[in-house]
Amino acid sequence: MKTPNAGLYDPSYEHDACGVGFVVRADGRRTREMVEQGLEVLLNLAHRGATGSDPETGDGAGLMIQVPDAFFRRECKALGFELPPAGCYGVGMVFLSSEDEEGKDCGGWVERCVAEEGQRFLGWRDVPVEPGEVGELARSVMPRIRQFFVERRGLDEDSFERKLYVIRRRVHKIAHERSKRYNLVREDGSRCYVASLSARTAVYKGLLTGEQLPRFYPDLRDPEVASALALVHSRFSTNTLGSWELAHPYRYMAHNGEINTLRGNINWMHARQSQLESPLFGEDLEKLFPIIQPGGSDSAAFDNALELLTLGGRSLPHAMMMMVPEAWENDNLIDEERKAFYQYHSALMEPWDGPAVIAATDGRSIGAILDRNGLRPARYSVTRDGRVTLASEEGVLNDVVPPEEITERWRLQPGRMLLVDTEQGRILHDEDVKRSVIRRKPYHRWVEEGTISLKELIDAPAPNGQLEPSSLHERQRTFGYTLEDLSILLAPMGRDGKEPDSSMGDDTPLAVLSERPQPLFNYFQQLFAQVTNPPIDPVREELVMSLNMSLGPEGNLFDETPEHCRRMLLDHPILTGPELEKLRQLETPPFKSATLSTLFSVEEGEGGMEWALEELCKGAEEAIREGVNILILSDRGVDAEKAPIPSLLSTAAVHHHLVRAGIRNSAGLVVETGEAREVHHFAVLVGYGAVAIHPYLAFETLADIVGDAGELEGVSVEEASEKYIKAIKKGLLKIISKMGISTLFSYCGAQIFEAVGLEKDLVDRHFTGTASRIGGVGIKGLAREALERHRRAFAEIETNPAGLDVGGEYHLRVQGEYHQWNQTSVVALQRAVKTKSFETFKEYTEHFDSESARLSTLRSLFDFRRDPIPVEEVESAKEIVKRFCTGAMSFGSISKETHETLAVAMNQIGGKSNTGEGGEESERFLDERRSAIKQVASGRFGVTTEYLVNSDQLQIKMAQGSKPGEGGQLPGHKISEEIARVRYSTPGVGLISPPPHHDIHSIEDLAQLIHDLKNANPRADISVKLVAEVGVGTVAAGVAKAKADHITISGHDGGTGASPLSSIKHAGLPWELGIAEAQQVLVENNLRGRVVLQADGSMKTGRDVVVAALLGAEDFGFSIAPLVAVGCIMMRVCHLNTCPVGIATQDPVLRKKFTGAPEHVINYFFFLAEEVRQYMAELGFRKFDEMVGRSDKLTMRDTIKHWKAKDIDLSEIFYRPEVADEVATHKAEVQDHNLRASLDNEIIPRVRPALEDGNPVRLCMPIRNINRTVGGMLAGEIARRYGFEGLPEDTIRIDFKGTAGQSFGAWAPKGLTFVLEGETNDYVGKGLSGGKLIVASSPGAGYEPEDSIAVGNVALYGATAGEAYFRGFAGERFAIRNSGAEAVVEGIGDHGCEYMTGGMVVILGPVGRNFAAGMSGGVAFVLDENDTFRSLYNPEMVGLEVVESEEDVDLLRRMIVRHREWTGSEIANKVLENWSEYLPKFIKVMPNDLKRVLQERQAAELEVVQ
Amino acid sequence: MGDPKGFLKIGRKPPPKRNVVERIQDYRYIYDTMPEDELRGQASRCMDCGIPFCSAGCPLGNLIPDWNDLVYRDQWREAIDRLHATNNFPEFTGMLCPAPCEPACVLSINDKPVTIKEIELSIINRAFDEGWVVPKPPEKRTGKRVAVVGSGPAGLAAAQQLNSAGHSVIVFEKDDRIGGLLRYGIPDYKIEKWVVDRRIAQLEEEGVEFRTNAYVGYDPSTEELKLDFDAIVLAVGALQGRELNVPGRELGGIHLAMEYLVQQNRRVVGLPILTEPEITAKDKKVVILGGGDTSADCLGNAHREGARSVQVLTHGPSPPEKPDDLTWPDWPFIFRTYPAHEEGGERKWSVGVTGFSGSNGYVEKMHVVRTERTPEGRTKPLPGTEDEIDTDLVLLAIGFTGPVRDRLLEDLNLKFGAKGGIVSDERFRTSDVPGVFAAGDAKLGADLIVTAIAEGRKVAREVDIYLMGESLLPTPDTFG
Repeated sequence: MKTPNAGLYDPSYEHDACGVGFVVRADGRRTREMVEQGLEVLLNLAHRGATGSDPETGDGAGLMIQVPDAFFRRECKALGFELPPAGCYGVGMVFLSSEDEEGKDCGGWVERCVAEEGQRFLGWRDVPVEPGEVGELARSVMPRIRQFFVERRGLDEDSFERKLYVIRRRVHKIAHERSKRYNLVREDGSRCYVASLSARTAVYKGLLTGEQLPRFYPDLRDPEVASALALVHSRFSTNTLGSWELAHPYRYMAHNGEINTLRGNINWMHARQSQLESPLFGEDLEKLFPIIQPGGSDSAAFDNALELLTLGGRSLPHAMMMMVPEAWENDNLIDEERKAFYQYHSALMEPWDGPAVIAATDGRSIGAILDRNGLRPARYSVTRDGRVTLASEEGVLNDVVPPEEITERWRLQPGRMLLVDTEQGRILHDEDVKRSVIRRKPYHRWVEEGTISLKELIDAPAPNGQLEPSSLHERQRTFGYTLEDLSILLAPMGRDGKEPDSSMGDDTPLAVLSERPQPLFNYFQQLFAQVTNPPIDPVREELVMSLNMSLGPEGNLFDETPEHCRRMLLDHPILTGPELEKLRQLETPPFKSATLSTLFSVEEGEGGMEWALEELCKGAEEAIREGVNILILSDRGVDAEKAPIPSLLSTAAVHHHLVRAGIRNSAGLVVETGEAREVHHFAVLVGYGAVAIHPYLAFETLADIVGDAGELEGVSVEEASEKYIKAIKKGLLKIISKMGISTLFSYCGAQIFEAVGLEKDLVDRHFTGTASRIGGVGIKGLAREALERHRRAFAEIETNPAGLDVGGEYHLRVQGEYHQWNQTSVVALQRAVKTKSFETFKEYTEHFDSESARLSTLRSLFDFRRDPIPVEEVESAKEIVKRFCTGAMSFGSISKETHETLAVAMNQIGGKSNTGEGGEESERFLDERRSAIKQVASGRFGVTTEYLVNSDQLQIKMAQGSKPGEGGQLPGHKISEEIARVRYSTPGVGLISPPPHHDIHSIEDLAQLIHDLKNANPRADISVKLVAEVGVGTVAAGVAKAKADHITISGHDGGTGASPLSSIKHAGLPWELGIAEAQQVLVENNLRGRVVLQADGSMKTGRDVVVAALLGAEDFGFSIAPLVAVGCIMMRVCHLNTCPVGIATQDPVLRKKFTGAPEHVINYFFFLAEEVRQYMAELGFRKFDEMVGRSDKLTMRDTIKHWKAKDIDLSEIFYRPEVADEVATHKAEVQDHNLRASLDNEIIPRVRPALEDGNPVRLCMPIRNINRTVGGMLAGEIARRYGFEGLPEDTIRIDFKGTAGQSFGAWAPKGLTFVLEGETNDYVGKGLSGGKLIVASSPGAGYEPEDSIAVGNVALYGATAGEAYFRGFAGERFAIRNSGAEAVVEGIGDHGCEYMTGGMVVILGPVGRNFAAGMSGGVAFVLDENDTFRSLYNPEMVGLEVVESEEDVDLLRRMIVRHREWTGSEIANKVLENWSEYLPKFIKVMPNDLKRVLQERQAAELEVVQ
Repeated sequence: MGDPKGFLKIGRKPPPKRNVVERIQDYRYIYDTMPEDELRGQASRCMDCGIPFCSAGCPLGNLIPDWNDLVYRDQWREAIDRLHATNNFPEFTGMLCPAPCEPACVLSINDKPVTIKEIELSIINRAFDEGWVVPKPPEKRTGKRVAVVGSGPAGLAAAQQLNSAGHSVIVFEKDDRIGGLLRYGIPDYKIEKWVVDRRIAQLEEEGVEFRTNAYVGYDPSTEELKLDFDAIVLAVGALQGRELNVPGRELGGIHLAMEYLVQQNRRVVGLPILTEPEITAKDKKVVILGGGDTSADCLGNAHREGARSVQVLTHGPSPPEKPDDLTWPDWPFIFRTYPAHEEGGERKWSVGVTGFSGSNGYVEKMHVVRTERTPEGRTKPLPGTEDEIDTDLVLLAIGFTGPVRDRLLEDLNLKFGAKGGIVSDERFRTSDVPGVFAAGDAKLGADLIVTAIAEGRKVAREVDIYLMGESLLPTPDTFG
């Protein structure tokens, strides 16, 4: 459902994630029991759903079952009409407008459509509902819910199902047209929404909680409602502008996760339409268009496509495999046939990529598939009598299905599928389902014969620069090359094969505010994943990534012929000159290319470009109509008369023109351009439809600097080009992975960008569907910039000497781009804080704020509506400074001296400092050097229970401004003894922070982590740090619903740490947009009162604070400014450890140069507060809180002369939602974390003797999946009293029985022992801090423990100490980021021991793929019985050894003995009994880095001895 | 940046100087060259700062980190291109600039700055040695004519820039040789005159026309100039010396410093002395008033001439040895020792002059009094501290008051500012006469040579815009 856009909120950025599940009887018997169990599953997944501001209104819940014939027959009879035999009629479930008249109207269309499609309309049934059972908010938007019945006429069963689909599409289209015509609010026509229309299935859903569903729909309680299967879903949406329609299931599926490539998928589906032909649909086909209904969610769009594929003739599993392929590209373990199947289908459709578990049914089969990287949980069990339960969690039917009845307990693995065919009565595992699909056609032969790799084509000579009429230099200037492009970008890429790093954020103007001509690329900012789905680590999880691209026309989606895979395969999108020539020479089918020039005549001025662009689009269309299927857009040949259209504009314009013309899929776009040179450029080009790019000028330039400048000493031209391509490839992988996308193929055309500063018309026409929220430059402006560059390149009179522009984008150059932090501002601030001079401070702020200041930021365009009061009446500076925090900078990234100076200062003024992600020395916990905010980041360095309990605020870092969506790395040489101690790692051994938190793969996971942290320390506020991008408001609403107490929105421009240059420059948005959007959405959803909203990111002045407050912030983070106050001079070498003022360095010599003092920081913040007061007085606010969210006080400066800035429209930023008085616009209430429900409330009183006096206590208790974070509160209690030391071993022992919920045993400190008879869900032992966890299935279980799953995904994440013994398997990512725990397990999934830095893991069974990726410390012992391990581990950072030293043998044996003792493991027993036989089968996995350090240490010790 | 840790490994090593005993025997350049690898080591100390305070502190905005790096990496050819990109005459600044870049260097915060000036000079010397400095006449002429009045660094820079933009430039110089202060103000031991000639030859080959002995106002007349040219740049310097109005000033043997320096410079190269009386320090008891650059130049010359004694007297107190820590990155007010001071002479502080006396119309004694600085920063005499100094040559090096108000300036009806400079708007345009621009010391009052070159570049761009409507000429803060 689409609500009207208001302000910055756009509903298309809504996300959801959820609990999903199904129950089914393989024998197909329709029973009442299945329906009830479905509802039971829903009830037990309640905690995965969410509620909004109205706790009684759920985000949505639903159930899909087979059509309950007996029930409907009875009901219809009562209504006065007879139903035909089962299967001969269809049932529609419709949500109508609640107003009667509209409803009737719409009912009329339904009847008409049915009749027109030759079927017989039988009658309506008003579905009985009990509105009293639902929340007020849900009730207020509740539709009228009706069912209608259609009799099958002259069709077979399948055709009838297709006909019903046609009818439904027609009804929706009429509704859509109508709402457009009458300009109705719900433009997607949801006033008549058909939730389901089928002869096989019926959907009951709504804006409900799982528990409310059967209460609201009495039908579902009726004993005659029976089914052999039930698909259920409980929704967690990021906002609460509630919608009944967006509840799942849809017609075919329910989904937990996110489709990241949605925009591209929708565009491509649209582009495909004109080529569709189907004998099954025949003439009806056109009635279905558009296939993807506008305004739906990602799940709805996926459902639309799945439905089309299934009804178009493919089986359900076949369709699912097409849409969610496995990671086949780089996996050598996949068999050839399977690979061929996926490759063949990649020619038909790009993957729908993102973390997802998709459960789907056509009413006969039901199944589920998991994304290629296994980022969502899906557990299933099978009973003796063939009932299958699959759900996001284990234990959802524990009460009705005892372990004795279960014969199989397993999980969906990455990319794998499970299907239950109720017609054949079979349960089909991945291999069984897929084998038959893969063998349907000779895909392998087709692919062998049909595809051709670019490499196989005959070489063609490259024209290189000689054919160009202009010199290299002239062309470099035409395309805006600067000296920095050469020295900072190209040379390092050509030398090192990677993108360069920088630090200290971005302080140059937005492209639209820059006075220098900007490449169009710079107006586009990369989007990234945060909270609702995880970014991927493209290095450590390279396995799932792919840059493969292909060229050629696409065939009819419904057909399968050998011609469909006639593709030209490219390993990646960067073409060399000879490669492009190969393409250019293709002239005969199946491949025919044509080159179109993208130059325009300079003489025609600004209008000339627009005209040329139109001609280009027309030319492209004509070429395709003439049979061309590879279009090469080329800007070669610039000279004094001809200038290039920006390559991005020509690419996107042609792409969208062809999409609109319906022929986009007939050709692939190749771009030959002199403009693209850095990673971001290539990403944007691919994002807007380019399949391949030949950056000829970048290659020529590289060759030139290899020859001349010696920057690339000892590197040949060939090497430099190869390295450069390698760098671009790596960069592309990073950019797509930060959005959680694995394949470039599905990134192509996906438009994962937000435009900043481009005119709406321009964007709507050529970048259709891209967000651009502040207007700005139009096509004439872009032409002006292109002409400006051209003029400089071809000026008749050369300047002396002729050089390239200095640039100054990265390092300030007085002739170059403006930097806000410069010689004037830095010096003024340092002098002000040292002399405590407010006048000097004003000189500093004048620099940014005055009328004459250079416009660089959005806020510099703002002005205030004034209403002055005397400044004496304004609240004191002492109060205001409490709202200030310093940003998250870890001890490790900055020196100890700096870190402590900031902490002392903030503690003195009552503000807060932030540990950053590197932990805190325990000595600091209780003194003035303590950081009140303790950060919990993806690396979990030093995150012990003791650390948690010593905080006032716990900040979950989802993203950071300088490189949102990316992880980090601290190289070994920076890890001193001290830092290693705090981070629980080894000195000298490098550390990696993963891009995602591996316990946050979706929003409900975030809710779980918040719950975990709150349990550990109920006194701390939980903060979630986000980075501004389009949709951040929606994410913020989700985060508020996930129970955060505090939300930080960071701007793109801040960031102190080392980051790749392209991320610093091109990812994230200004905080002005982020804060405004967050405020607007939170207020509209009535969630604002529950959270504190913090603005962060390169804030400098009191005016910045006031602007942020007016937009909605009430708390403020600062990093760069306080660092400058203590001496930072913006060297931007934080990543090199050479900071000459002792701030960002660990070098003891340099650290001595630090001269900052707490007073400097204190002075800065007091000046800032004083300036805030002055502004408050001008604006007429006495209390700070009054000012929060008063965006009506902002206007645009009327003195703006800048030609680009003039066209900016800030009204969306200034929009202030109109809400009732009682709706809070700043923090006003306390989040209800529902800790009362925690099982620990029962445990803690019973273990008091242990807690208070250290006396041993032992308890027994049952446990269920709804008991989450069991032990978390107790852990906090122990750590608060006894610190990291905890209690003596086993002081508290609790024996549980059942299925534990998520985060079982989280944070458990020493002295706490949990023994679970049963199994757990995900995140067992999260942050384990010394405790002991034992999990073993119940003795009577019907399955073999060693073949079953004992603990879920991501066990022992971030553990620092402790022991764990798990009898059975663990899921994916076992012991990830473990830095000290010791564990034994009997088998694990993919990515085991990833990023591990310490501890020990023993695996007595199979391991999944990519074991030990990024593992820099600790050791693992793997029992490799079948000799498969060598093909499964990731050799990048570890070596394999035999277990031979006495020390190792003893250790291993001791661990296995303990495992046997605690779990009764039979494998352990077998191994121990036959020790000499098994010992040689163990492999020791040893990190190279650790080994090196240990050897060095040993050598050093030897020296000492000698 | 070549070596991120260069500054940690290598300390500052200043450029080597010839020893005092030897150098005061002649007028040759006092510095020696540094071996190349040592120089490259010095260049590696540059940290390539995110904010290059050096460059920001340089009136020309020299791309210092860029060429430091190029020198470190042995890329001299690129280095001179990068240097010439912002500076027309790096050898002038390399020899004469006091180098405000160096105290602005980030290493000055807690270490010793990079030897920027030395590196600059080495780059241009190398370029001349290698034959890389060649005339680059413009490819096309605009047909516009520009007169540059004055051939000091500002005039020369403006001329070269305007010429490169295709305008026909004629430089008018009232003296017999081109160069202004470079020619007759600054001693040879700081810049040997062939260095100046070398550049003038280049400019001539590029198409700049020089007219010497052309005192604009007289020949040609102001009217002629206005008629003949599309634009006029006044780069006449600020040569009006500050006077000391005390009794006895009229006595012989008391001269403005510049009178002495001009004669001395002519003498050194063997040119006839054109003004009366001839001033020489040989065997004299010389007293130099004032403590700046001009004073030091008088001092160096006096020693080379063989003065009996030299005293350098300054009105105010001695500056502190160390700068205030709040000064960075600005030019610090500290006690400075120029090479001339190393060569002898006595420096005295807080000395006020009350008058001169003598016989035969020649000075014999200077009457002085001790001074003290009031908290307000004024200097006042301390009663009862009167004293006398024997002297027979007094040189007044106490500053300049602006351009000499000659006929040309009078004809143009210009306004003058508080420091004596010609008033102009931010586009360098003066008075009501369109097309008349002022730049350099003439506009600013006496300033650094680097500022003069910067002014010349800026005014050239403004003139170009005035003539053509737009300009691609770079200035210190724009790049084409």
